[in-house]
Amino acid sequence: MKRLITVLLILLVPPFILMGIAGMGGNGDDETDYVPRKQDPMYQDASVDHSKFEELQKDFNNAHEVTKACLSCHTERGKEVMSNAHWNWERDAHIKGRGVTYLGKKNLINNFCTGIAGSEGTCTRCHIGYGWEDKSFDFNDQSNIDCLVCHDNSGTYRKAKGAAGYPYPSIDLGFVAQSVGSPKKENCGICHFFSAGGNNVKNGALDKALLNTTKDVDVHMAKDGADMACVECHITEKHQMKGKYYGVSSMDRNRATCTNCHGARPHEDNLLNEHTIKVACQTCHIPRYAKANPTKTRWDWSTATKLDEDGKPYSIDNDEGQHEYLSIKGSFEWGQNLKPDYIWFNGTADHYLLSDEIDETPVQINTLKGKYSDEDAKIWPVKIHKGKQPYDKKYNRLVQMKLWDEEKGQGALWKDFNWALSIEKGMEYIGLPYSGDYGFISTEMTLPLSHMVSPADQSVKCEECHTRSNSRLAKLEDFYMPGRDYNAALDTMGSILIILSLIGVVIHATLRAVSASSRKKASANK
Amino acid sequence: MKKQVYLYYRFERFWHWAQAILILFLGFTGFEIHGSLDIFGFEAAVKWHNIAAWAFIVLIVFAIFWHLTTNAWKQYLPTAKNLKAQMEFYVTGIFRNTPHPTKKTILSKLNPLQRLVYLGLKVLVIPVMVVSGLFYMFYRYPQSGDIETINISGLENIALVHTLGAFLLVVFVIVHLYLITTGHTVTSNLKAMITGYEEIEEEDADEEAEEEVRKHDIPV
Repeated sequence: MKRLITVLLILLVPPFILMGIAGMGGNGDDETDYVPRKQDPMYQDASVDHSKFEELQKDFNNAHEVTKACLSCHTERGKEVMSNAHWNWERDAHIKGRGVTYLGKKNLINNFCTGIAGSEGTCTRCHIGYGWEDKSFDFNDQSNIDCLVCHDNSGTYRKAKGAAGYPYPSIDLGFVAQSVGSPKKENCGICHFFSAGGNNVKNGALDKALLNTTKDVDVHMAKDGADMACVECHITEKHQMKGKYYGVSSMDRNRATCTNCHGARPHEDNLLNEHTIKVACQTCHIPRYAKANPTKTRWDWSTATKLDEDGKPYSIDNDEGQHEYLSIKGSFEWGQNLKPDYIWFNGTADHYLLSDEIDETPVQINTLKGKYSDEDAKIWPVKIHKGKQPYDKKYNRLVQMKLWDEEKGQGALWKDFNWALSIEKGMEYIGLPYSGDYGFISTEMTLPLSHMVSPADQSVKCEECHTRSNSRLAKLEDFYMPGRDYNAALDTMGSILIILSLIGVVIHATLRAVSASSRKKASANK
Repeated sequence: MKKQVYLYYRFERFWHWAQAILILFLGFTGFEIHGSLDIFGFEAAVKWHNIAAWAFIVLIVFAIFWHLTTNAWKQYLPTAKNLKAQMEFYVTGIFRNTPHPTKKTILSKLNPLQRLVYLGLKVLVIPVMVVSGLFYMFYRYPQSGDIETINISGLENIALVHTLGAFLLVVFVIVHLYLITTGHTVTSNLKAMITGYEEIEEEDADEEAEEEVRKHDIPV
């Protein structure tokens, strides 16, 4: 018997302690074997020095000539580029209830600068082409491709303002052409950091700070870390980039994923690996967004077009130097170091189309699909951008105003400050009816977060979700989560049972004591 | 005449106290996971709760083996004899200092109420806790991934059953802790479970049987 107990003790106690100690250690380092390009000898010396090519050693008269020079060697690349979304600003997508659609920046509306229709001349500064001024742009002319905006490694190439994608005339195109290479952070960032009119405005985790940052801000792109370039995750073959932006994308395909490098079970702790069935990596590993610079959280177009005493547009800045008001765009709210919102997301999305009727307020500019019972859905962190923008009160649709034109008098909001006219012009350009009766309506846009991943030790802690008060996931109510959820009736019943048993014990004990002492007295009296 | 009788065998006592510690520990960590307490922190509570659960399961396996091989399981067979008298004792007799209606003997250590309650614990509450606990640990969301185990669409029903069991165990512990003070003296039951010996009326003792048992430290 003694031996049995000894054996049991040996069996029970040490594993208990060992498992506990081992569990305390956390997840260890999840360093991967990946060698970032900056440290990979294969990428140190280019196999080709473009400055040695005669085709590029000349003064180019215009940007199209550079493209032709590129294509004279890279003969089939033009076709590749023309099939990607950076060129077409639309994708074919099958959306449940809509069938096959062709959606993208070309035809969708959002609640930042809204849409490009009628204002292409300024918006296409971020198109990888030359000359998209209006509907007449030729998407089949390969010489319209702008190779340099992505491949310039000299840092001297810039597209001009309001020039439909053409570079500043002062740029030495020959020099740029001779210094091309694989896209760097700067090449992607010039559009993706500054989308919606300013740094970090739109996404909240795509910020010029990523050009020179620390691990605290972005563990992948930090100068003191792997210093990775965008294309190391957004792997591109034949000019087809992995990854998508659900402001314009709809389907779960060709996405850039964490698991591509980190694998499906990256944690040492199995309990954490199990979480990945229902929780996206981003949810725990992006605890905050807009960590380095503020991002726009609200954009109210309804206050736009106010002019000062001299009839001039003006701006009001907040203490941190961000615009609070702009005559051309309305009023803004900003936020920094924000906690994300959380949604179920299965990788598919629907979008508000300009031909849709409004059926809910706030109008959902894009709808990310998913719920707990959906096998493909995971909890994702998102930025929700709130907007207030014009709509047609009679037809009950969002409207697209014409924002920009080179000259006054063409109905552009940013030149003429006339809402009625700019909407009329915008809708006329698109070819949709407009009643003339406009108002402003609340809208929301949902932007999944995938950038600015924090170091492992800063990831979201268990308690931040598994808690009854202020759970990060408080709004996701379609499932039971330990620590957050309980059945009120069961808990009340259980508590009552406990209280009753305690009361019973106390009463019983008191009666025993009283009866014992009275017995004592009685026997003493005898 | 009273006599010291050897009632609780060494393994029995070890099992009892190990189980007591584990149930208390599981209770505290479990109610922290439930969101009612804040002692260890959620993460540590989950970790320790799982570890303690495995320890408990190992203990249960040994306890079942012991009960079966020693016939000790017969101690829990319910009986109607003295059931009413035992209830009356707790409700009225105990205040008049009437003697315990059930005599403890080496062959029958439990009164009829104890038999019922302990049997309920052993065949109902603890198995339900173990099974729902294992489901809690090993269930997976419906998913087509590479982790093959049981697919259950949600945790809610499992969690509710596990929580209900936990409340019942808390109530049991409270009542049990109180009732052990109702022996011949307030501490005689506690002492018995620590030392193995309890003072009982000599007329009930079967000296020979006890001597035999004590020598081998095995139940009858």
